[in-house]
Amino acid sequence: MDGKISHKASTADSVVIRFAGDSGDGMQLTGTQFADTSALMGNDVATFPNYPAEIRAPQGSLFGVSGFQVQIADHDITTPGDDLDLLVAMNPAALKTNIKDLPPGKMLIVDADSFTAKNLKKAGYETNPLEDGSLDAYRVIAVPVTTNTRNALLDLGLDNKSMLRSRNMYTLGIIYWIYGRSLDHTIAFFHKKFKNKPKVIEANTRALRAGNIYAENLELIPTTYQVRPAHLGKGRYRIIMGNTATAWGFIAAAKKAGKELFLGSYPITPASDILHELVKHPHFRVKAFQAEDEIAGVTSAIGAAFAGDLAITTTSGPGLALKGEAIGLAMMTELPIVIVDVQRGGPSTGMPTKTEQSDLLQALYGRNGESPIVVMAAHSPADCFDMAFRASKIALEHMTPVLLLTDGYIANGSEPWRIEKLADLPEIKTREPENRDNWMPYRRDKETLARDWAYPGMAGFEHRVGGLEKEEGSGNVNMQPLNHEEMVRIRAEKVRRVAKDLPRLEVEGAREGELLVVGWGGTYGALHSAVQNMQSTGRKVGLAHFNYIHPMPENTADVFARFDKIVVCELNTGQFFKVLQFEQPGHKYYKYNKIQGLPFTVTELTNRFNQILASGHTIEA
Amino acid sequence: MTGEKKYTYKDMASDQEVRWCPGCDDYVILRSVQKALPEIGRNREDIVFISGIGCSSRFPYYMNTYGIHGIHGRAAAIATGVKLANPELSVWVITGDGDGLAIGGNHTIHVIRRNVDLNIILFNNEIYGLTKGQFSPTSLLGQRTKSSPFGNIQPPFNPGELVLGSNGRFFARVSGNSAKEMASIFIEAEKFKGAAFIEVLQNCVIFNDGAFDKYNDKKTRPDNQLYLEHGQKMIFGAERNKGLRLNGLKLEVVTIGENGITEDDILVHDAHNPDPTLHFMLVRLESPIVTGIIRAVEEPTFDQRFTQQMEARMAAVKEMSFDEFVMAGETFELE
Repeated sequence: MDGKISHKASTADSVVIRFAGDSGDGMQLTGTQFADTSALMGNDVATFPNYPAEIRAPQGSLFGVSGFQVQIADHDITTPGDDLDLLVAMNPAALKTNIKDLPPGKMLIVDADSFTAKNLKKAGYETNPLEDGSLDAYRVIAVPVTTNTRNALLDLGLDNKSMLRSRNMYTLGIIYWIYGRSLDHTIAFFHKKFKNKPKVIEANTRALRAGNIYAENLELIPTTYQVRPAHLGKGRYRIIMGNTATAWGFIAAAKKAGKELFLGSYPITPASDILHELVKHPHFRVKAFQAEDEIAGVTSAIGAAFAGDLAITTTSGPGLALKGEAIGLAMMTELPIVIVDVQRGGPSTGMPTKTEQSDLLQALYGRNGESPIVVMAAHSPADCFDMAFRASKIALEHMTPVLLLTDGYIANGSEPWRIEKLADLPEIKTREPENRDNWMPYRRDKETLARDWAYPGMAGFEHRVGGLEKEEGSGNVNMQPLNHEEMVRIRAEKVRRVAKDLPRLEVEGAREGELLVVGWGGTYGALHSAVQNMQSTGRKVGLAHFNYIHPMPENTADVFARFDKIVVCELNTGQFFKVLQFEQPGHKYYKYNKIQGLPFTVTELTNRFNQILASGHTIEA
Repeated sequence: MTGEKKYTYKDMASDQEVRWCPGCDDYVILRSVQKALPEIGRNREDIVFISGIGCSSRFPYYMNTYGIHGIHGRAAAIATGVKLANPELSVWVITGDGDGLAIGGNHTIHVIRRNVDLNIILFNNEIYGLTKGQFSPTSLLGQRTKSSPFGNIQPPFNPGELVLGSNGRFFARVSGNSAKEMASIFIEAEKFKGAAFIEVLQNCVIFNDGAFDKYNDKKTRPDNQLYLEHGQKMIFGAERNKGLRLNGLKLEVVTIGENGITEDDILVHDAHNPDPTLHFMLVRLESPIVTGIIRAVEEPTFDQRFTQQMEARMAAVKEMSFDEFVMAGETFELE
């Protein structure tokens, strides 16, 4: 598991969507509107209409399916794309004829109302694919489009057939929200096209808005991340989403440690899918507990860790803020818990469905008092598995809370994951004491400074822990000045020594030279591609992508010293940049930041890298 | 996991010096718990005490069992995690009126709603002690405290109403100076499967001295406190001649031997009645205040339901290793 999977990641600088429905469903119009709106917003667009031969084939039949594919991108594109990122299927026949082009893990939106016995039969389905598990590999969003459209238009006095003509616009409203498109162009289009039919304008506008609001309330997030399988190493793979990989990593860690897995969690976008995944697996002795609030999520995990489970809690930025005090308790009691923060756009409620890396400083410092914990970050959907496993291993072996950062982009993205066998994963050795003679709860391992893990049920090890300052060794309450100073230093040193167990910081591309690109977390795909592009133009550019932020890999200073300039790229205003300037002083730092709720694109990165290479002195971005 | 070891109360005390104010009822509660524990038939290593923050929350440090002194208000949530991790444990929550009803109110109502098998002891002194004398959610209207110099204008909770309103299955109330009653209630709470909530009327000698004198003082108690026992008549009074009867939808204090009232007119306490209507009336009564186990109605506990669902899934799902699990579904081979 050490090091990174060597694959070429191409991030979602482009999106491929196919609208498929009955030939009467208005799919061409829907697709065209999406393409036009995107073009007006500055995207390059390529489209590919696919009409049935018949002008009006029998409704619901396979040969009556009409499709319209559109690729939008921030760079020049020449094709409407190969693999779909999103398939919209207005009926079972549309699903049947198009699903083969949707890779596993991608999003599928269907009109659930159209999956009637009659339509299923026409499409040749023996069982309902929405219910028989055959679509489990996809992110299925089953929306009652027909019902919702009708409800939105009820008081307009239209007949049923006219109302249902706006189903396509309801669906388009959903897609517009997912991809952050403006409704303006399409509404203007209604006014032009239906100039003398105010009711039709009103119906279509309402349907478009209703779909838009529906998607907002569901907080639908696009799946975007994409990796070309051709560049992956040998092995057996499956497509996995980031949040699923996180969940599975914890299950694997619990198995490996011989522990039961406890999750205490409160629903929050975009982290809830980890809870949704773990509640499915009680047969693996996974105990997933939906608590009354974020604080109960983390404190129940602390209780479970005290009682001998591998205990975790999952959340996003606002939830992490609420958990701060309790994480301090876990640090003080030196109990092994893992906190997952699936970052989203902040501050405050911010942009729940958009990605950002702006919780880094909160993760590092967002607690009262001196309370260092281990902070790490996953860099891709599949990497979430490794990082969840690693976080658990560190927590259990070093008796410390570990905070794992992912983000909405990789959590909802998917990519091929090389399937790991339990036997091939590293061992996890937990720290139960055996000898009770003169045993003390804060007795520490000489190398790691980790304390023992004695829990209820173990006779002769009864002890109390708590948030008050401890006496080293006995763990009794102690507020003596020198003891406090010693304890603060021991807790910090214990976390620092985790570095000895970390993999070295690897450099991709040039091993030394002009520019070192530094990133962390979910920006890996874009940074990797950008650095490859730079390499191909002959520039000596390397990439050091951090999975471990506190502590940092021990060879960090050595790596940094080999480059003339360092640019720290983050989806925030420069949080890691700030940390590096303090912890790794003496280098020529630049930064590149984007705070738009969107991932980096390769183009903007390479532009910035070229600018830095051309500049003679340090510039503040 | 029943205990085979025999203990005395001394075995339950840790080596830590108890640091409450002299004369505090907390000492009586501590001693009552230490006396009750040898009777519950559990080994010391299977007992866990969990507290939040406040005077009462120092409690776990004084017990020679497992324990967590948590953070403010969160004891019930921590305890839920302990219980789900190991449902075999005897788990006790120590909290106060500030810890459990103000900052931790949310966890309190939810732990009761879920019916987690815990014993929750609420030290109710109607004041904040550790932070030096501010009003609490159970302080009386008009009460002058450090933070209400002109009188408290926040109407109080009645903990019994809160518990029953949260669909509480077990509620008891007891005087903080009555060691014997407390010990017997603690033993019953431990036997009870579910969230057992015990409100102790605990006198704070420093900041709210005498708050419960009317009910707890030896001289005034008999006429002002009705200690209930399941299956017994609701009779009280220095001369044991007062009792409760229902008059329409109201409880009424009557005197046996007056106005033709006989003992037959007095209500018999039924703590096991699933209908909480009468229990609500009893917890609301102020004169006399009603103590003892007011409600004890067993239902499946949260930890039972949790474990049962887990075991049902284990039985239903064909035994599958992790390796088989990750290989199930669509996979592909790359050279």
